[in-house]
Amino acid sequence: MKLLTLNFLTCAIKTCKGSPASFPLHPRDSELEIIETDINLPFLKNILPRLTWDAVRTISTELGLPELPATAPTREDLVEPSSTSEDDAEEVPTQVAKDLHRLLLETCVKEGKLVCGCCEHEYQVKEGVANFLLPGHLV
Amino acid sequence: MPEYLVRLVQMHESFRKAELEALAELAGAEIEFVRYDEDSPFCIVRLPSDAAAKAVISRSILSQGIHELWGQGSDYDSLHASVREKSSHLWQKYHDVSFRFTLDCYRGTRELSENRRIIESFSYLDFQGPIRMREAEAEFRVFEDYQFNASTPHTLFLGRFVASSGRLAKTTYDLKKRHYISTTSMDAELALVTANIALAAPGKLFYDPFMGTGGFPIASAHFGAVVCGSDIDGRSIRGTGGSSRKGQVGKRDVAGNFKQYGTQGRYLGGFVSDLTNTPLRLHGIEGGYLDGIISDPPYGIREGLKVLGSREKLGDVERATHRDRFKEPTYIPPKRPYSFIAMLDDILDFAVKTLVVGGRLSIWMPTANDEDIELMIPTNPYLEIVSVCVQPFNKWSRRLLTYKRLRDEDVPPEAIERKRKEYESGVRADDLNVFRRKYFEGFKEYVELKREAQGSVEQQSGKPDVGDDTVQ
Repeated sequence: MKLLTLNFLTCAIKTCKGSPASFPLHPRDSELEIIETDINLPFLKNILPRLTWDAVRTISTELGLPELPATAPTREDLVEPSSTSEDDAEEVPTQVAKDLHRLLLETCVKEGKLVCGCCEHEYQVKEGVANFLLPGHLV
Repeated sequence: MPEYLVRLVQMHESFRKAELEALAELAGAEIEFVRYDEDSPFCIVRLPSDAAAKAVISRSILSQGIHELWGQGSDYDSLHASVREKSSHLWQKYHDVSFRFTLDCYRGTRELSENRRIIESFSYLDFQGPIRMREAEAEFRVFEDYQFNASTPHTLFLGRFVASSGRLAKTTYDLKKRHYISTTSMDAELALVTANIALAAPGKLFYDPFMGTGGFPIASAHFGAVVCGSDIDGRSIRGTGGSSRKGQVGKRDVAGNFKQYGTQGRYLGGFVSDLTNTPLRLHGIEGGYLDGIISDPPYGIREGLKVLGSREKLGDVERATHRDRFKEPTYIPPKRPYSFIAMLDDILDFAVKTLVVGGRLSIWMPTANDEDIELMIPTNPYLEIVSVCVQPFNKWSRRLLTYKRLRDEDVPPEAIERKRKEYESGVRADDLNVFRRKYFEGFKEYVELKREAQGSVEQQSGKPDVGDDTVQ
């Protein structure tokens, strides 16, 4: 699963959902892999305001990836100023956009655990697929 | 606005208009229907320009192409008169370019000699350019619309070809050629139409809560959306179940399907989860984060309709057993059957909490043909119904319901305070799912109604009862 997914995932247990500690889930014992893909600038621009930047930073730090700046980049930071145009296809991504693409859309969690900061419940990730099914006593 | 003739396909009729409207919205073009008939593949629309016409049709699955309308009539005399009146100002533009003429007959045929005679009858257009059957600069098409078994057409059109549709994708995504599918995979054509109606497009994020082998995410990714999905059955995502496709090598899983179509870059990933206990965020992202949700939820017939939990309330001993054992690798969380109506409402609630304003929810839903359909469509004050498309089968049909997320301030406050609904209760799947029960009873009521109706007709006409072959 690509790291961007973690920006939208929290603990599945209903009592945890409202608690701020349940987001983001903390990756533990993770095995990462890079799957290279073409940069998708329209998507990055669209998804940027929906990112919880602090959570992205936390996850990046916990995975031992390069530290991110304290404030989120803006949409303007993603496009080379000289190439700004009406047509999306002609826009050239900046280094900021390339780094963000690398982190969110090319870095994948292959194996490991995702841990809720509120209830400490561990969700297993196997073959890149996380399992959020809850055991009988927690439903 | 100029008029265009859309050559539709004559199948999935009730989806065609919804698809064109969705594609026009996506292209930001105003569309106005001048002539549309469920029983005809020829539809006339008004669109601002050739470029808009091309933008609308190039993604369409249920049409073949779009043509600038040069004339129409009920026979060739009136067609020629209409062409002279409507399009004579356009003739000069095509005076010297290479061109070709073809004939498209719906529900009828023409002999080759007649074909030629018809095309020659347009010689007054006075095109002097070379005739080229391949890569002509201008292509003209005569359309003939016949009644069933009629010898002469009842409506004729002349159009200049503008753009062809995206119908080829139906072949590319054909389930017969997909490496990894399961028993309930949605056929590629309808999955692509669903993605079109839900406005899947580059830059958007789409989600399928019942992904199975990923048919809908794959269709959405084809149109450029970034997708993710989940399913309560992890085996269908990881693909340990395998496929029986002959001569296939390598692991068969959802990610493999994306690789097959070269869209793996748009696949965020799948996860195992249950919609009633979803790990997706329901709070904290102002204005939602999903641009679209498309799904074919389990009907409880071929795929069981289950959620997390136990059929009976757990006793203390059982709870303790679950607590002790849940970390073992062989532990399987208990699941129970669930009410179909409750699940549809849950999907709507989930959509309200996660969709961006204007984002669409498209879900499939089965109904028996005897039921009052209007009552069966689930509603939510924050969601406006955009279209209802029907795929009829013999005794039941399934509907594609499409909703649009409204702005919070556009929802009247009195609509929000609605009564809590009572759902079917029980522990058996049959108690919880009316559709399932009727299905396995062979839709008795519908069959009886049909037989009564037939019986009364036969009595009136005095014909002997020939029996009813619908009860099988």
